[in-house]
Amino acid sequence: MTSTQIRGGRPPLAEGPDPAAANRRPLGRRVREWLTAVTFTVPALALFGLFVLLPIMYALYVSFFNWGGFGSPSDFTGLGNFTRLLDDPVFLGDLWRGLILVVASLALQLPFALAMAVLLNQKLRGRAFYRMLFFAPYVLSEVITGILFGMIFAPDDGLADKVLGAVGLDSLGGLWFAGQDTVMPTLFLVMMWKYFGFHMMLYLAGLQGIPPELHEAARIDGAGPWQRFRHVTLPLLGPTIRMSIFLSVIGAIQLFDLVWVTTQGGPDHHSETMAVSMFQYGFKRYQVGYASAISIAMFLISLVFALAYQRFVLRRDTEGALTTMRASR
Amino acid sequence: MTAPALRRRLRSVPLYVTVWVVGIVMVTPLLYALVSGFKSTDQLSSNVFGLPSPWETGNYTAILKSETFWRAIGSSTLIAVGTTVLTVGAAALAAFALARFAFRGRELLFTVFTVGLMFPFAVAILPLFILLRTFGLLDNPWGVILPQAAFGLPITIVILRGFFREIPGELEEAATLDGCSSFGFFWRILLPMARPALGTVSVLAVVASWNNFLLPLLVFSEQTWWTIPVGVQQFQGQYSADIARVFAYLVLAMVPALGFYAVAERQLIGGITLGATKG
Repeated sequence: MTSTQIRGGRPPLAEGPDPAAANRRPLGRRVREWLTAVTFTVPALALFGLFVLLPIMYALYVSFFNWGGFGSPSDFTGLGNFTRLLDDPVFLGDLWRGLILVVASLALQLPFALAMAVLLNQKLRGRAFYRMLFFAPYVLSEVITGILFGMIFAPDDGLADKVLGAVGLDSLGGLWFAGQDTVMPTLFLVMMWKYFGFHMMLYLAGLQGIPPELHEAARIDGAGPWQRFRHVTLPLLGPTIRMSIFLSVIGAIQLFDLVWVTTQGGPDHHSETMAVSMFQYGFKRYQVGYASAISIAMFLISLVFALAYQRFVLRRDTEGALTTMRASR
Repeated sequence: MTAPALRRRLRSVPLYVTVWVVGIVMVTPLLYALVSGFKSTDQLSSNVFGLPSPWETGNYTAILKSETFWRAIGSSTLIAVGTTVLTVGAAALAAFALARFAFRGRELLFTVFTVGLMFPFAVAILPLFILLRTFGLLDNPWGVILPQAAFGLPITIVILRGFFREIPGELEEAATLDGCSSFGFFWRILLPMARPALGTVSVLAVVASWNNFLLPLLVFSEQTWWTIPVGVQQFQGQYSADIARVFAYLVLAMVPALGFYAVAERQLIGGITLGATKG
């Protein structure tokens, strides 16, 4: 997922370990250089190891125990927590709801973001203003967004119902976050409001990288606007789109803040996500072992998706970091 | 007006209508919050759409006069600055080594960091909480700063390494010939040259820290260190009956983020597009 290849120009001094060249240097110097290099990475490694890797390892360890979070874990249950996951309707529901969010994002949010990017890439009065405006919600925290929309979608009293009432569409209003059938669509509307501008910005950056001559040439060949979009813009925007799909999926898998401040997963678990379940079990019901199993499941799902995506989709675009490593061996 | 010019103008009508409609949908929630903050809660239920009459400034002034609001702003600021300095400092050193040294294990190390891009906060939060409790870092700003910095490292390293690689090798050779040590080159030449990149990753780190909710929520059980997101949530719980006041708090809580966005827009967007193409 990362392109760290040098883009043109002379390669920097230290491009890849070249064993032949390295061996020509005296041993003492090689060791000294290695030490210098490693010294520079020590602060980052210490931080990362202590606060990212260690907790994740510990979560893996704890996930094999029945543990309430105090004292040290002793009631070993093996894979018990994980088999319990597969029988837990809430967790299976989390997976289902995650999938719904992913599909909705891919089918609605990203095409909409792309359409707005194409519009705002044209000559248009005030387009800088629209760009700023559409992107602005991205800088607000999910907590602020969630509380704001919680009040807007308050049944009867909220702005949404009042507006619908004023234009005679009372029947469209309703429970919003409070209804079992409406909570997910409402949540998705808020996500769309907050995040479509982010994807639009990515696409705009991608669009700017498409040389206008290509559109010009297609126009001369008699291609209409739709054909130019379909055969010039879309293929050239491929890498950007694939990246935005990736971010969108990972974001949907990990959704927490927005749900927590609007519904806490309710009503009756109908908006619960994996992260919310983990929080509920871990910090409210003190089933830390089981909550850790949810964490690990969430991690594995993200990781498997990321690796598969990297392997099968992104590799077309860039030599990512993971593949670079494999290639340089 | 000539016929083609008229036709061209007519053709752009749907375009403007679309952008306007989307613009209105985007701005309405924000304006609604701003205006509602100037109403009393009674006015809010009787007069939803109209302008406030009279304009009540009490909601805003009460929050602006409250110590807890400023304390939350201060706490958020301190934590964001601490996180950013630590993230960018540690990441710059590591990115320097990963970009400009050939050493055994380099790619493995880089891979470890890039895999970190996929770790959501929520995955590690439980054991992280237990760890912080063991270290005695609960109710301590370091308990938020250190993990945030750690989780911010991957994207920062990936972006900075890309930049560092583009600085020509001749420069390093020249500096070395002039007697510059590795660290001297890093400190006196590389960092000043990479100032735009450092600005970009700093803005990303500030925004991520400012908006973080889960970690400060768990680490700070007492109000002393509550950050803005935690403060907003608690305020909403406390004043759920007085929604005009909650609107005012939301608006005031948005101001720093939107103000920062207005100032650092370029870096933020640059960072996001860079982060997305590279990370």
